Amino acid sequence: MPAGPFPKRERHQHGEGLSVSFPKRLLGAEAHGVLVAPGSVLTREEAQSLIERTVKFSKADAIRVNVASTRESNVRFAANQMSTAGLSSTTTVRVQSVFGKRKASAVTNSRTDEGLRRVVAQSEALARLAPEDPEYLGELGPQQYTPVNAWFDSTAALSADERAKAALSALGPARAANDITVAGFLVTTARSTAIGNNAGLFAYHRSTDASYSLTARTNDGTGSGWAAAEENDWSKLDFAGVAKRAIDKARASRSPVALEPGRYTVVLEPDATSDLVPLMANALQARAAEEGRSAFAKGGGATKVGEKIVDERVSLSSNPADPLILGTPFDNDGMPLRSQTWIERGVLKQLAYTRFWANKQGRTPTGGAGSLRLDGGTESLDQIIAGTQRGVLVTHCWYIRPVDQRTLVFTGLTRDGTFLIENGKIARPIKNFRFNESPLFMLNNLDAIGRPVRTSGGDAMPPIRVRDFSFTSLSDAV
Amino acid sequence: MTTRRTFLKTGTAALGAAVIAPRILPATAPVQGQRPALYTDPATRELMMEALDAAKRAGAQWADVRISRNRSNSIQTRERQVTDVVDTDTTGCGVRVLVNGCWGFAATEELTKAGVGQAAQEAAAIAKANRVAQDRRVTLAPAPAQKDATWRSAYTIDPFTVAVEDKADLLLRANAEALKAPNVRFVNSGLSFVKEERNYANTDGSVITQDYVRSWVTLSCTAVGNGDFAVRGPEVVQPAGRGWEYVLEADVVTNARKWGEEASEKLKARSVEIGRWDLILHPSQLFLTIHETIGHATELDRAMGYEANMAGTSFISPPDKVLGSLKLGPEFMNVIGNRSERGALSTIGYDDDGVKPEDFHIVKNGVFNDYQTTREQAPWLDWWYRRQGAPVRSHGCSYAQSWADVQFQRMPNVSLQPGEKDLSLDDLVAATDKGIVMIGRASYSIDQQRYNGQFGAQICYEVRNGKIVGQLRDVAYQMRSPEFWNSLDMLGGTSSYMLGGTFNDGKGEPGQSNAVSHGCPPARFRNANVINTGRA
Repeated sequence: MPAGPFPKRERHQHGEGLSVSFPKRLLGAEAHGVLVAPGSVLTREEAQSLIERTVKFSKADAIRVNVASTRESNVRFAANQMSTAGLSSTTTVRVQSVFGKRKASAVTNSRTDEGLRRVVAQSEALARLAPEDPEYLGELGPQQYTPVNAWFDSTAALSADERAKAALSALGPARAANDITVAGFLVTTARSTAIGNNAGLFAYHRSTDASYSLTARTNDGTGSGWAAAEENDWSKLDFAGVAKRAIDKARASRSPVALEPGRYTVVLEPDATSDLVPLMANALQARAAEEGRSAFAKGGGATKVGEKIVDERVSLSSNPADPLILGTPFDNDGMPLRSQTWIERGVLKQLAYTRFWANKQGRTPTGGAGSLRLDGGTESLDQIIAGTQRGVLVTHCWYIRPVDQRTLVFTGLTRDGTFLIENGKIARPIKNFRFNESPLFMLNNLDAIGRPVRTSGGDAMPPIRVRDFSFTSLSDAV
Repeated sequence: MTTRRTFLKTGTAALGAAVIAPRILPATAPVQGQRPALYTDPATRELMMEALDAAKRAGAQWADVRISRNRSNSIQTRERQVTDVVDTDTTGCGVRVLVNGCWGFAATEELTKAGVGQAAQEAAAIAKANRVAQDRRVTLAPAPAQKDATWRSAYTIDPFTVAVEDKADLLLRANAEALKAPNVRFVNSGLSFVKEERNYANTDGSVITQDYVRSWVTLSCTAVGNGDFAVRGPEVVQPAGRGWEYVLEADVVTNARKWGEEASEKLKARSVEIGRWDLILHPSQLFLTIHETIGHATELDRAMGYEANMAGTSFISPPDKVLGSLKLGPEFMNVIGNRSERGALSTIGYDDDGVKPEDFHIVKNGVFNDYQTTREQAPWLDWWYRRQGAPVRSHGCSYAQSWADVQFQRMPNVSLQPGEKDLSLDDLVAATDKGIVMIGRASYSIDQQRYNGQFGAQICYEVRNGKIVGQLRDVAYQMRSPEFWNSLDMLGGTSSYMLGGTFNDGKGEPGQSNAVSHGCPPARFRNANVINTGRA
């Protein structure tokens, strides 16, 4: 499915309805020639040699080769038991061949000469027959990329024993307690990506990721708590902390009471902010706005750039080199991705331009609005809760889907820890709500905004408090 | 303008367009098509045996192995141009082992004896490492060995033999037709095809080879006017477990103009007033509601908490409180789980546990009757099967999206059976005083236990006194699953039954995608809660 602005845990629910083309934390950091352990992902030299071997087979006017090498190891547990566990190593070679403006791509996971020759021939056969693409702009020449160091040997070299032990951080307390059942997922990934073409471009990047998510449910079936963390460096993951947060939340959320649906002041934890704010990314595409079919369109080709669209404390940006993000410093074309500010102090500063649309409109390409960071305050979640007279605390959200593209209204539900705050304290657990709400309305109704943190979705989002958040019905789901 | 008659006709069945023979061009056929088929290659079988032997040598009490070639092909267009053509072809091997009741899995691209042997060893090492955190042993329901079994899906023209220019030509002609509709400024369309050569073997003695193809054509029309826009699509044709012949039968070129006109009409449609309406759900909309409320809720892993950290749990649980007793709908409601409907997306000869699936009643005469299971899960319900006098056997719902992913429980086709009387959608409309006909999947969302759902549609028609009076927009229904199904009061008959489906249903960690169909007739639901999703 296409990568998109939806939170990680929702990316696999009927994804075909969405079409998003920006890279979201594709791959990691510069290797600078460092040799990696056997069984790991392709090094810079290996990737460069693979691309050069592939390009030699080309008879096309232009060829681009994208190599993605991944080693992923995971452990799943549920019902207080180990479940599935696995290891998967894959390397794919994607070849785009171009004759004039006719282009097509073919992908293989074979790295033999025969396999590479075949994938080049396949892309050429398809390209020769494909109609011309008037939007094709040619390949980029050599580029300069901002170095981003997101590779950690502690993650890449992790053993199955260490992962199993980490799972005990939740299984141990749950089995000892008798009132809690846990389900969790631990995954470590090492990746490298490289792009090369016959115009002299070469880009290489590698990264590691370690993530842990846990859902604790009370055995009476009335309480559920979730917590998660993601780091590039496994040794920084606080397993016991995640386990404690999820289990404490499960117990605190037992026997929730029903509140009437309606408009509430809401405190969103950073993961909940991360579920909602990046939903704006698609609408930030300049082309859709200038074509009159996005929330930032004004008709007649005009857009809302330069207008105040949200609360004046809010700034929204993308920067792969941000220490909280550590994203990929280039896109699939090999175009460098640099720091971009989309919203500055509430004003829509710019929209996102692809190479084609930038060229057509006389603008500079920006890359997509991926790996977002929302800034505007310094408070912690606890401080924001303490400053709340009455409001609903949301741990995270579930099954968010677009309802109206014109206003960016989305529907979805709260999940795994929804509480009523009274007089600065969590007063009682409440039943989950369905919402119909727009991130644009939400950031207009901003009450408080905290300091951004790295979320489990891989972006940098703060806790926020907003007024008049629209809950439209109750859910019985725990 | 679309008339009521045309939408009823074109919406309810595969269209009766003449099937035009495609140009199959050996000279320009994709060169990858010349690779020897994995399943006719004796080396594949040898590698599978080597993987199983290596697993046993590494301490596995049970193991299975899958070697497959997974191909996909897609072409995307907008208006008068092709935006993307991609052909993907990967092969590899996944080995799964049970060591002392603990699972381990490893996948490799190295299709040599050494490569698959190493994967088997890695899988066994993972299983052994996890023993430290294991409390209860996995046991598998028995399944007869399927020796040298083969199966092929219901396609007559392999889409991978059809030239790319023919695919592009079909889409660009459809786009041109859609752009003729008033106010339609943008059209996106695409074709997606998947072909899997699946080889399976296990230590029970099964050796299975299967050939599976699925196809999908999408088209979305955007009408723009008065500072507003309206969309019809992109799911205008249901994806199917069939080949290029299915794409031709869908006759997208002829229908594109109609879809464009529907978008254009929607731009001018009246915004719905909130309140209680009777709903007449067309199969192209109802299938996804079945999927979300019954399909996912009757997965046994969800009901037992195995998906609690991702997809969620289920309102249809715990098993001992609901099997044979939970009333899910009226007595005439019957839902069958199957992997056998011709042309359906989840149809397969043998599942990824090596089981030959059988059809089973999920809902029988309105009462919950059974869950979807794998070999690991079936023994969890042994008490229920014994009470029924039925054997403890898997329903054959094990699936992995590729050789690189471990198999687990995935959805079979979950289909609502047609009513006894052969009623049509027209008959349901004629019997309704104040209602809304909803066509095509649009926005859809449901909670993690599958109680509270909110579902929209691409096109909605207002019904007054038994007649369609025009389009409505901004319509969605919010419902609670048990009440919703108990409000079902009319079902279409066999002639109005059709398959809807989704190419990408997500579940599991790491996430995997499954393609699944749901057959159903149009159906009427009384007094549903309709909300207005338009501008606040």
